[in-house]
Amino acid sequence: MSAVSSSPVIERGTATSRIAAVAVAIIIALLAVAPQFLSAGAVDRMTALFIYAILAAMWNALAGFGGLVSVGQQVFFGLGAYFAIRLADAGLNPFAALFVSAVVVGAVSWPLSLFMLRLRNGEFAIGMWVIAALTHLLVNLDRLVQGETGTSLISLNVYHAGTRRVTIYWLALASMTALLAVLFGLLRGSTGAAIRAIRDNEDAAASVGVRVTGTKRLLFVLAAFGIGVAGALWLATSITFQPKTYFNVQWTAYMIFMVLVGGIGTFEGAILGALVFFLIETWFGGTGVWYLVGLGATAVLFSLFLPRGLWGTIEERFGLRLLPVGYRVRLPEHPATPLNDEAPSPERTTQHQEKA
Amino acid sequence: MSNQIIQGILLGGYYALIACGLSFMFSVMRIINLAHGSLAIFAAYVLWLLASRFHVSPFLGLLIVLPLMAAIGWALQRFLLERSARGGALLPILTTFGLAIVIDNMLFEQFGADTRSLAPYIGSLSYDSWEWPGSIYVGKLAVIMFATAVILLGGLQLFLTRTRLGRSIRATSEDPDTAGLVGVDARRANAIAAAIAMVTVGLAGAFLGMRATFDPYAGAPQLLFAFEAAVIGGAGSLWGTLIGGIVLALAQTVGAQVHPQGFLIGGHAVFLVVLFVRLSTSGLGLRGLLRLPSRSAS
Repeated sequence: MSAVSSSPVIERGTATSRIAAVAVAIIIALLAVAPQFLSAGAVDRMTALFIYAILAAMWNALAGFGGLVSVGQQVFFGLGAYFAIRLADAGLNPFAALFVSAVVVGAVSWPLSLFMLRLRNGEFAIGMWVIAALTHLLVNLDRLVQGETGTSLISLNVYHAGTRRVTIYWLALASMTALLAVLFGLLRGSTGAAIRAIRDNEDAAASVGVRVTGTKRLLFVLAAFGIGVAGALWLATSITFQPKTYFNVQWTAYMIFMVLVGGIGTFEGAILGALVFFLIETWFGGTGVWYLVGLGATAVLFSLFLPRGLWGTIEERFGLRLLPVGYRVRLPEHPATPLNDEAPSPERTTQHQEKA
Repeated sequence: MSNQIIQGILLGGYYALIACGLSFMFSVMRIINLAHGSLAIFAAYVLWLLASRFHVSPFLGLLIVLPLMAAIGWALQRFLLERSARGGALLPILTTFGLAIVIDNMLFEQFGADTRSLAPYIGSLSYDSWEWPGSIYVGKLAVIMFATAVILLGGLQLFLTRTRLGRSIRATSEDPDTAGLVGVDARRANAIAAAIAMVTVGLAGAFLGMRATFDPYAGAPQLLFAFEAAVIGGAGSLWGTLIGGIVLALAQTVGAQVHPQGFLIGGHAVFLVVLFVRLSTSGLGLRGLLRLPSRSAS
């Protein structure tokens, strides 16, 4: 393509996205000092929000970007908590145990990926569920856990309640920021182009030399690690470990809800979804069963009528992008309209072509 | 031990019942319905409601429940799955998962957390047994269940190969566009297939309720059993499902012998072993596992 003035412009950052980058930095800084001004209850709620954001971003990385829909991600959530219990029992500092545990979860997910990634679509989805159910049963066999009675991260009790609360808050904030940054970096780099190519058409991606399995494995392990961190952090906030709670499929249901509502396959969408879920939980969580019915029904409605989610729709309608991970082609005649043709290089995936 | 093996084989009949609908829907519409187990539990609850409130025997109740399930299957395909399948292969997983959550929690809202059973409403059938040579006692219900599975699978097989409607369903599953060219209404064929699948789900729910207890959240394990049996059997013909169900049940029986909590572990383990062996020998994905003819250009 020659650089004539009428030729399309390929762009990544926009004025909005540069403002957004500054805003993100300010928000993170504000969140870091927030515990000074928040009540104890509010600090706990914010910690939960950070954990939800991790869960949503990780499930979105796997499903939205890797095309791997799993209904068994609770296995990593539960294992993150379980290994933390085990490591703390072996004498490791409880805070260190949280992160060592997540590393172990990531390490476990590697051999698992060799096997599971050969399954496709629905079979991968339920296959992961079987893995989660089996792991839950096996964890129950551990005498330390005492079956469904569960156990606690007792060693965390040596810290003063206030110190503990704020430390966990900061750890959750730092984990969320780091994981989102890693994902963002990954999606912007050459791996990101490969990831989106695989999601859009796996066979075509393979034919132009994308390492399909390797890339999927990377996402699988990253998601396992991230969800492991989330599980360990959740254990730190709630202290008690009951296998039934942690290996519950509801965690995956939450992840699916957040990502579907926020916008599957968009980086910002997962964060927005976590925020929406957090607010809904805060307002309606007390209504018990109807709250869960509402979550399920909303997921069904979004999948049928708004499969791109809130953010995907906003993005499409207004051409707005805050944290761009793709490139887009802008035609001079229609400055805000993205080009939907195939780009000659795999790098030039437009974000607007994303689909669930 | 031979006693346990026979019980295991008969239990396999139940797994074949619950699996055949899942595998049938998958082979026709390429959709794995994650609400499968929850719908079976729903059917069991309707039967329970009829029996406890209106004193309708569960067997008579089937006359109401099976048409109801067929209608639900038809509506499910027309209003949910058809639309969501247009959005790609992954969207139906999310839609049906959401549906499962809705069904489970609605059941909880309606019926509470108590476990229920249909056993009290079928009289002595729930505990009667026949004595077979070698002092083996087999439950009458288990035998009826197994026989139902065999008849259902055989009937489905005949229906698919011998009737005009069955052939049009098979044609749609092979290639909906070409089937359309030769005058098959693909939408109708799919909706009928979904209705048939839901009838089998209704039957499975009824037998689950009669032979065991259930609660609002019992759908998920049933889905896993159905899925495992379907994959182990590698449903080339529907009979594979029966073999898969029997293998699953036998593995659970063996697991229960080894460890008190080994029943479920044994089942999941044999599923993973079969999957592993098949993946490492064939190297094929989903199509290979279920030994389905590959659809053109996909």
